[in-house]
Amino acid sequence: MERSEQRSASVVEAPSAKLDVARIRADFPILARTVNGKPLVYLDNAATSQKPRVVLDAIASYYTGINANVHRGVHELSGRATDAYEGARERIRRFFNARSVREIVYTRNATEGINLVAYSFVRPRLRTDDEVLITAMEHHSNIVPWQIVAEGTGAKVKVAPVDDRGELQLDAFERLLTPRTKIAAVTHMSNALGTITPVAEIVRMAHARGVPVLIDASQAAYHMRIDVQGLDCDFLVATGHKLYGPTGIGILYGKEARLDAMPPFMGGGDMISSVTFERSTWNELPYKFEAGTPHIAGAIGLHAALDYIETVGFEAIGAHERELLGYGTEIIESIEGVRLIGTARNKASILSFVMDGVHPHDIGTIVDREGVAIRTGHHCAQPVMERFGVPATARASLAMYNTREELDALGRALRKVREVFA
Amino acid sequence: MSDLSDLYQEVILDHNRRPRNFHALEGASHSAEGYNPLCGDRLTLYLKLNGDTIEEVSFEGAGCAISKASASMMTDALKGRSVGEASALFDRFHRMVTTPPSEPVEDLGKLSALAGVREFPVRVKCASLAWHTLRAALNRERRTSTE
Repeated sequence: MERSEQRSASVVEAPSAKLDVARIRADFPILARTVNGKPLVYLDNAATSQKPRVVLDAIASYYTGINANVHRGVHELSGRATDAYEGARERIRRFFNARSVREIVYTRNATEGINLVAYSFVRPRLRTDDEVLITAMEHHSNIVPWQIVAEGTGAKVKVAPVDDRGELQLDAFERLLTPRTKIAAVTHMSNALGTITPVAEIVRMAHARGVPVLIDASQAAYHMRIDVQGLDCDFLVATGHKLYGPTGIGILYGKEARLDAMPPFMGGGDMISSVTFERSTWNELPYKFEAGTPHIAGAIGLHAALDYIETVGFEAIGAHERELLGYGTEIIESIEGVRLIGTARNKASILSFVMDGVHPHDIGTIVDREGVAIRTGHHCAQPVMERFGVPATARASLAMYNTREELDALGRALRKVREVFA
Repeated sequence: MSDLSDLYQEVILDHNRRPRNFHALEGASHSAEGYNPLCGDRLTLYLKLNGDTIEEVSFEGAGCAISKASASMMTDALKGRSVGEASALFDRFHRMVTTPPSEPVEDLGKLSALAGVREFPVRVKCASLAWHTLRAALNRERRTSTE
């Protein structure tokens, strides 16, 4: 794709330390629309982020210019599509600082990545009374796959507790690492609380006992730089649609030696052997985990999204989002009868809260009338709700394009909730 | 654009603040649990039948203002009715909350306060949870879900 050279060129520009939010907002077409007659205030980024125009353009130019299946034909377009698809893989490798593209497996989303590891890596190693260690603040996607593989083998899922602030109790986590622990699967950042976990320390503790580690970076990946070699994690999953990319494309990183030793997940192996003149290619990593025609446009869109993130720069994104989180915390705490759920010392971009006498669902409907989009409910983290003794929370979650004015609008909308329920 | 006050009418807010018949029922002849997985609303409905007549009805649980008010108003509306009447009322209520906002609906007395949910399609399940739970209880199903 011709475009990719241009994109690469823009990446080498030195990221500015201060983020120009007006300029960024102009890159996201959807942010110009109104909802219920009010300007859209999109604060549901932890569910999915909006997409910059470069992502939409990259997808459109793939379909209008080079659409063809990958790794298939000798014709021009197939070659170009394959280059673009594999170029995206290299982009992802650099984004997460993996050693090799052989360690980057495309999935549909983070959930599929966790399931792949659960079925192909962990399940064959599980015996009765073995353990999978997770934390009390995991998303359902990092709970249920482990329950399923444990159920079939007589193994158990152990849960490391969180304290009242929503911080992982690291000493308890360490005690729960035993010779029976076959994997520790831990979130990098809680989608319900915003807590950032000390993943480097977690990996060190687990490895000291010979326990492999999977990190769920779904929430963390669009807020901070992640270096898989620096962390030394065995596996890491992320999802494209939270990284300002399209839905339906996700990433599994796995250390090459781990992936190499694992059987295929989706039964692609049988199919592969029938394409005899391509057999040697298909048998290699990472293709043995990529059965069937993949989401080519999704990979290409994700490439553009990662370029976009790095052009803005995590330094600028982090500084902007921290400033917004501080301001948003003040706003939320200034509303009568509102309590934040999740006050970890190290947290990012999530304001989860409850309001006395008002169910989160009612909060969500009323603020929506003001154009403010927030999430209400259990956030696919029911055990977290249980831990904090609430049936649900309202959650405002931030991204690089949000502004102080939008948080002011949230504050006004929440005062409106108080008026309705006065 | 629909107005918030169509949804959060004073009578609904009142039932939310002070739900009627909000307790467990000793000696209940029928009960069922209702669950809306979307928002976590959960309620238990109790009925005491005398022959074919609903002599007593009550509920417990946690949920949003719409689901709580709807359950509260439903229990008020059911007392003294026959099972057949309750079942017919389910159908009439269900029709009311699922008819498009542009079309007229039957006047169901106090229950008509909930007709405002038609303007808020994602909230229809909140209003109908108690009624689905009623039907489950009468059919002797232990659990029901809006999904």
